Parts: sequence; structure tokens; C-alpha cells
Amino acid sequence: MSLLATPRDAGYRSGPDRARNGAGRGIRRGEAAAGWLFMLPVLVILGVFLLVPVLMALWVSFSDWSGRGSPLSSGVGFVGLDNYAAVTTGGGLAERDFGIALRNNTWYVLLVVPLQTALALFLAVLVNRAVLRGRGVFRTAFYFPSVTSSVAITVLWLFLFSTSGVVNTVLARVGIAGPNWFNDPSGVLHNLLGALGLRTGPDALTQHGFLGVTWWDWLAGPSVAMSAFVLMAIFTTSGTFMLLFVAGLQNIAPEVEEAAMVDGAGAWQRFWRITLPQLKPTLFTVLTLGLIGCWQVFDQIYTGTQGGPGKTTLTPAYLSYQSAFLSQDWGQGAAIAFILFVIIVLLTILQRWILRERPDVPRRARRGGPNPHPNPDRTTEADR
Amino acid sequence: MSLTLGRAPRGGAVRTPGRGTSPALRRRPRKALAWQIGLYALLIGLALVYVYPFLVQLATSVKTEADAAADPVSLVPDPLTWSAYARLFLRSDFPVWFANSAIVTVLVTAGRVFFDSLAGYALARLHFRGRGVIFAALVAVMAVPTVVLLIPKFLVINQLGIYDSYAGMVLPLLVDAAGVFIMKNFFESVPASVEEQARIDGAGTFRIFWSVVLPMARPALVTIVILSFQGSWNELSHFIVAAQSPDLTTLTKGVASLASGQLSQGSQYPIKLAAAAIMTIPVAVVFFVFQRRIMNTSEGAVKE
Repeated sequence: MSLLATPRDAGYRSGPDRARNGAGRGIRRGEAAAGWLFMLPVLVILGVFLLVPVLMALWVSFSDWSGRGSPLSSGVGFVGLDNYAAVTTGGGLAERDFGIALRNNTWYVLLVVPLQTALALFLAVLVNRAVLRGRGVFRTAFYFPSVTSSVAITVLWLFLFSTSGVVNTVLARVGIAGPNWFNDPSGVLHNLLGALGLRTGPDALTQHGFLGVTWWDWLAGPSVAMSAFVLMAIFTTSGTFMLLFVAGLQNIAPEVEEAAMVDGAGAWQRFWRITLPQLKPTLFTVLTLGLIGCWQVFDQIYTGTQGGPGKTTLTPAYLSYQSAFLSQDWGQGAAIAFILFVIIVLLTILQRWILRERPDVPRRARRGGPNPHPNPDRTTEADR
Repeated sequence: MSLTLGRAPRGGAVRTPGRGTSPALRRRPRKALAWQIGLYALLIGLALVYVYPFLVQLATSVKTEADAAADPVSLVPDPLTWSAYARLFLRSDFPVWFANSAIVTVLVTAGRVFFDSLAGYALARLHFRGRGVIFAALVAVMAVPTVVLLIPKFLVINQLGIYDSYAGMVLPLLVDAAGVFIMKNFFESVPASVEEQARIDGAGTFRIFWSVVLPMARPALVTIVILSFQGSWNELSHFIVAAQSPDLTTLTKGVASLASGQLSQGSQYPIKLAAAAIMTIPVAVVFFVFQRRIMNTSEGAVKE
């Protein structure tokens, strides 16, 4: 918002500037031309490799282009919404694959976004403590995984989580038989229910479904293989978000916190009532970046599992690549990419709406702490 | 937020203590010390969890395959062997991958430093019609998720006839909207009086930019260098759609193909982890050299 306001301000400023230049015209001569010239490389490259491609792909998603020749040649036909229909209502394999990919990615998002945000915030609060010595060392340790490439981390993860790898060896030492991680397609929730004796779902769930996947399968949870990717995402991103939270924490004026301390608010209460509300802008940034990133899982799947085992690590981003580049179903691949784009945009808007400023302080207070009094002042009085 | 200095809920009868505090907090000094020790234990434990995978990666890369399989947890190779590295550098395409990554990274970084600062300067300082529109368009561009662009990029690269060439790999990455932003923000913070002086002396716009403003922009330029270096060195998806010839394979693509076992039989973890370790070294070096700046970059991003 504030970013968008800047050029308008600048434009406003340019009025008087121009008037002044009436006298000393020579000095600002050719500035407009220079401005466009300076912008030219950026405009050309972003135009040619971003704007034009998006328009072309939009056309492909409405066409029957097979990958041969140019999609703009006369032999390519317009097929309307056929490609979109094939992946959403077709009833065939394409629809089922898309449904599975959406399910996988939804569970991934549901686990990764809250966990990475909570862990990042936790690390930030720990690292940001004034009394802490050697905090630079800790910050470095937590942040380092974020700078390494996703390919390198995936290779490392495949080793750590291999059947007789590091994780299972450590688990075995404490008496737990670890799963077959990247080869285990079973859903975590299904496994939990199975442990309770519920191995097949009720008919109401198994007979009906959405996008070619039964409700029972939607509720399978992330597969064991996908869970390893969930852990990896948390490991690699928590450091980045920790830095954002540290910056947010440092922007909070210590006076408020000190006042609350003088008033006798406990550490836990101060965190929920004072620190967290002030961190809301950072929290929004972290949640949005996390949400957008989580719907774009591609590198890990390409490097690690290619969607397997049993398609349980298939994601829409990888499915889009697979349909287009490997199955030559370019129309469907492009359609999936645009559906994914819409999903990301809608979720970001939804999130912004949920986290918008609301004046209902009492509710936040009730949720926040064990204290039944909505009004901090009253608490303090009662305390004394 | 400082738990150590936390006050005990005095007269705890009124308030139920939260999970973070306890009535025993009243004996503060000893309790504080216990907190402190607990905090360090927790932090050290967490740091070990974050660092250990990288240590085990390095250790495994100098193990024999049998040793890596028999004792994956150990950080001490027994026996120590450099055969994985020898194999990578002497009997595989690895040097080609490394060279390609280096070429692309250098070109992309140079391009971004120059073009991003040109555009950033124009947006910050030069008055021209349409500047606001361009700026708004840049904001919109930054919002487009990159995976959505995989197919589109391939279509255009193919259409332009630069598929499977360095041009196709480098050109689309030469510019990034986020970098333009960073430069614009920086140039706005530079006092205009410096340029006015040069302008009165009769210097042209490009000359002012090149010899007066750009030398002052070192901190911002270093930020761009770090971000582009990291970004293009770690880039995978763009190279998948821009080229297919083995001669143009980059490290990310090559190591990914190693990982999925396309080039080797058996698990071969020492070789895979050695490859992953080598590709981590350049970004790790940049990270440790510019550590302070990198941490501050992310901090600056929030304040906006």
C-alpha cells in the first residue's frame, strides 16, 4: 500500500519541479528520454519473459496444442474450457491426478505453514533475548539451511530418511521402529485410525468424493513420504522467518513491555497480550510468504520422489510440469498452472481478510491467556 | 519477552499462573539461573539439530559406501577416503555442471547489478511520464508465483529459438523486480544535492548515474550481488525448461539427476552427498563473508 503511494507522491512533486525548470530548462533536459532508456532493459526482459509468456500460456490452456511446432501456428485449435474441464470434472485419470495432487498439497500446507511459523517465532523469541550471549552463533546455525539449495537439501534428506539412514538409526536406539519414509505411501491419519482399529472408512465417505478422490482418501492425511518433506520444509524455512520475526521484535518499543512488567504481567501473558499483537504485521508477512511458498513445491519433488510413492507426493506444481513436459499434455499442464495461480491468489486474499484489523479486544484476550479478565488494568488492580 | 526477568504473579490467589510461570518463581535468583541454564541447553540442542545434518553430510562424503551404510550416524569416517570426490571430478560430468553454474551465475549477477540499479535509479530520481504505471506493474510482477511460469517461459524461449542455449538460460534471469525495488529504495535515501552539483557542472544523466551515484550505492549493490548469486546458483526449475543438452546441465540439474539415480546404480550416498556438499560451498562462503549484511537484508525487507 505505502509502496504504491510513493510514485504518486513523486508525480505530485514533479509539478513544481517542472515549473522551476521553466527557467533552467537545460539542466533537466532529456530526463524523460533518459528515464525510459534506463528502464528499457528491465521492461524488455520482463515483458518478453514474463508478460508475453503468461499470455501465450493462457492461450495454450485454451488450445489443443500438442507440443509440436509453434502454439501460435494455424494448425492449433481453440478448445474452450476443455482442458480445465478435463482436470476438474472429466472423471478420468487427469481429474483424479489433480485431485490427489491438491489433497497432498493441502495437507502439506496445513502442516508446514503453522509449524514453520510457530517454530520461527519460538526461535526468534529465544534468540532475541537481551541477556543471551553468542546469539550470533545461534542465529547463524538456524539460518544456514535457508541459504543452501533445495536440491542439495533434498539429496541430504533422502540420505537422512533412507530406510536404514540416520533418522531410523536414531529412532531404533530409543526403541522405535522407524517407517520406510520415502517409500511409504500410507497416509498418516489413516495409519492412526488403523491403530485404533478403523481400517476401512464408512460408506458415506468411501462412496462419494471430490475430484475423483473419495472423501475417505481426502482424509488420509499426508503420506509418510510427504511427512518427510514437511519436516524438510520446516527445517529449511524456519531460519528465514526467524530473521523476519527478530526484526519485528526489535521494532517493538521496550517501554510497553516494561510497563506491563511493572504491572506484574507474567512472561507468558506478556508474550500473548503485548508482544504478539505488535508482531501482527510480521506475522502476516510470514504467513503469506509461507502459504505462497508451500503451494509451489516443485524442486523437492523433482529431485526426490517425482510424485511417488503411489502419487502421494504429487503436487499441482509438479503435476503441471509432468503433464506438459513429460506427457505432452500442454493444454492441461497450462490449465493446472493457472488454477494453481488462482488458488494462491484466493488464499492470500482470504488470509488477509482473516487477519484484518478488528476492534474486538476481549476475544483476543480470552484466546490469548489464562486470565479471565478482559481488561489488563483490572487485572493489575486485582493483583495488588 | 525476557523470561529471566519475569515477575512472579504476586498473591497468586487471584490469578491462575500461566504455563510459562510458576509460583516457585518467587525465589528469583536461583530460579533465574535455572532458567538461564535451561535456555542455553535448549538453544544448544536446537542448534545441534540444525547443524548436525550438514556435519553428517560432510562426514559421509569421505566415507566408503559400506561404512556409510553400516554406520550412517557417525561423524568419523572409517576409513577416510576421497574416492567420491575423485570420482566426481575425474570420471563424471560434474566439472561441466560446475562450470555451467559458474558461468550462468556470473552473467546473471552482473546483469542484475547493472540493470536493476539503472531501473532503480530511474524510478527513484528521474521524472518521466508513465513512471507510476511502471512501478505498479513491477509490484504486480513480483506477485506472480514462479512455478506458474514454467510452461510459459518454455513456450517463449522455444518460440524465440534460444532453447538449449546459454542465451535461453541467462536472458530471462537477467533482471528481477525485487532487485529493482531494493535499488529504488536505496537511491531514494541518497540526498539529491550531490547530483544537483554534478548536473550544474554539466554532466549528463548517465554520467551522473555512473560516476556519482553508483559508487555511493555500494551497500545496496552488495545486497543485489548476494541475492542474485544465491538465487541463480540455486535455481533449478528455469534450467529444466530452458535447456536439455548434457553440455548445458547446471549443478542443480545434474545433482538432481544424481539423486534420482539416473547416473549410478546402488545408493552411492558418499558420491551424492559429496556433490551436494560441493554445490553448497560457494553459497556457504558468500553467506559467511557477508553474514551480517544478509541477516540485515531480511530485516530491512520487513520494515519496507
